[in-house]
Amino acid sequence: MSGLADLVVLPWVVAVPLAGAVLAFVLRRHASTVGQAVALASAVTGLALAFQVATAGAQRHAVGGWGAPLGIDLYADGLSALMVAMTSIVGLGVSVYGASYFVGTQGAAEHQRAYFWPLWLLLWTALNALFVTADVFNAYVTLELLGLSAVALVALAATPAALTGAMRYLLVGLLGSLLYLLGVGLLYAAAATLDVQQLAAAPLPAGAGAVAIGVITAGLVLKTALFPFHFWLPPAHASAPAPVSAVLSALVVKASFYLLMRFWFYVAPELALAAISQLLGLLGAVAVVWGGLRALTAERLKLVVAYSTVAQIGYLFLVFPLALGQADGFTGWGGAVLLVLAHATAKAAMFLSVGAILKAAAHDGVSGIDGTAQALPVTLFAFALAGVSLIGLPPTGGFVAKWLLLNAALATGQWWWALVLIAGSLLAAAYTFRVLAHAFTRLPGDPPPCRCARGLEWSALSLAVAALVLGFVASEVLELLRVGAPVTGPVLLERVR
Amino acid sequence: MSAVVAYGLAGAGLVAVGLYALVVHEHLLRKILAINVVGNGVFLVIVAAAQRGPGVPDPVPHAMVLTGIVVAVSATALALALAVRVRDATGQPRLAVPADGTAEPSAGRPDGAAR
Repeated sequence: MSGLADLVVLPWVVAVPLAGAVLAFVLRRHASTVGQAVALASAVTGLALAFQVATAGAQRHAVGGWGAPLGIDLYADGLSALMVAMTSIVGLGVSVYGASYFVGTQGAAEHQRAYFWPLWLLLWTALNALFVTADVFNAYVTLELLGLSAVALVALAATPAALTGAMRYLLVGLLGSLLYLLGVGLLYAAAATLDVQQLAAAPLPAGAGAVAIGVITAGLVLKTALFPFHFWLPPAHASAPAPVSAVLSALVVKASFYLLMRFWFYVAPELALAAISQLLGLLGAVAVVWGGLRALTAERLKLVVAYSTVAQIGYLFLVFPLALGQADGFTGWGGAVLLVLAHATAKAAMFLSVGAILKAAAHDGVSGIDGTAQALPVTLFAFALAGVSLIGLPPTGGFVAKWLLLNAALATGQWWWALVLIAGSLLAAAYTFRVLAHAFTRLPGDPPPCRCARGLEWSALSLAVAALVLGFVASEVLELLRVGAPVTGPVLLERVR
Repeated sequence: MSAVVAYGLAGAGLVAVGLYALVVHEHLLRKILAINVVGNGVFLVIVAAAQRGPGVPDPVPHAMVLTGIVVAVSATALALALAVRVRDATGQPRLAVPADGTAEPSAGRPDGAAR
């Protein structure tokens, strides 16, 4: 069958947003129009890639016709395709929201609107490039592009808290990338190639390979904000403008986590000791509890959502004890990837609805949103729906993801991770209902008129609905994930044996 | 000790010195310098590892370091610009912010930095 299967989609998922970023920067007066058009085009390209991988298998493209090891190849298997699709859906929602959020024609508002679009499209470029690159050094370049554009986006808010948060974010990000670069240098010295598939084909030398992967892991864990390296995340994510917070929490932290999965599952599964898997899982478990408790006690609404991200990142690290080196690891692997997707859509919806709430609220404390359910019913519905997915209630994507992780924990005989999953869900329920209780507190008198733009309300709701729909299409998503998956086995929907 | 090992150890030493300085110094300019010291240490290690056996060194690590230097220059430029903005907004070139996240610009400049 000719048609989509023959089209070369892979380079365009990088080229379209990159061209758009340049265009939005040059045509500054029309940045918003250009940005929305390019966002739509990028999202369509990204989803087309996912469809192509689902129907025609993994894609590989030699940029400039050079080919590895001399050239830099692009490669998309099921995991890459799902990450690009996630970026497309969240990116589209955030772009619709951004068009209504950055309004105003003078001073700071004009400045924010003119620079948001080029930086956001550049960030989108970096994300897509990172997800489809087949070269571990090119991944370093995309990591830096991602970090620099993310820092600039946080600084757009221009408040003292945002500038300080951006500065800390930049320093931590640079240190993380330099450690990653050091690891890549050592990896090249040990294996003499930078191509992921060539690295995966041959086992690494035990000593030098272990040092290289260890340094890479340290750098990426710092950038993923795994406990105890999460200290930089809440100030940066909570002080940025709302659409930027959504992108940072939903997508940017997933980029370095994606690389961790690539290295441990594809490049060096033979180096994985049980002790390392358990250690990463343990740090994740502490993050789940610690992030949940801090979210429960945080004073400011955006800090609640930011600490919730710390907790949800903790869950993702359960993929190491539950799937790495396990026979039939696909249940844990699928659960973790589904959780990446579910958290991306739900957390973006949550940050976007919080941004809309704060535009109408008295102050940014949790108690300042009393009565907002009367003024902003659609936004509060989006927040609650996103919360349901974060807690992991059926039939959302978050539920299917946690259910698979739970089954993987029981099937591999590691019941202690099941306790972590349950404790984290209870904490997520507690901090979600704490916010909702304030929002649904009735204020005396008539409800104030809605002062919120429709684009803000409905884009947040669409992403929350996407998190819900993920629960219904989970089997198709898992089928796509099997393309080029590093682990095999059935999807255990209930405990066997 | 061969020259390659000496370069490699020197690079590792620079990384350690830079990490230490990044953690202990509060002033943003010192932190930015510390990051650059870490970066140079990393570059030195990678270049040293390019010399494998006698003969011409492997060019790929050199290309990696060249790219890394370009990235480091642009990152440093962004960091310096951001540091100036932080000082203008908070009155001090450090990261310390009150717990509630609402820093008041203080009149005095305790570090004595001139505009």
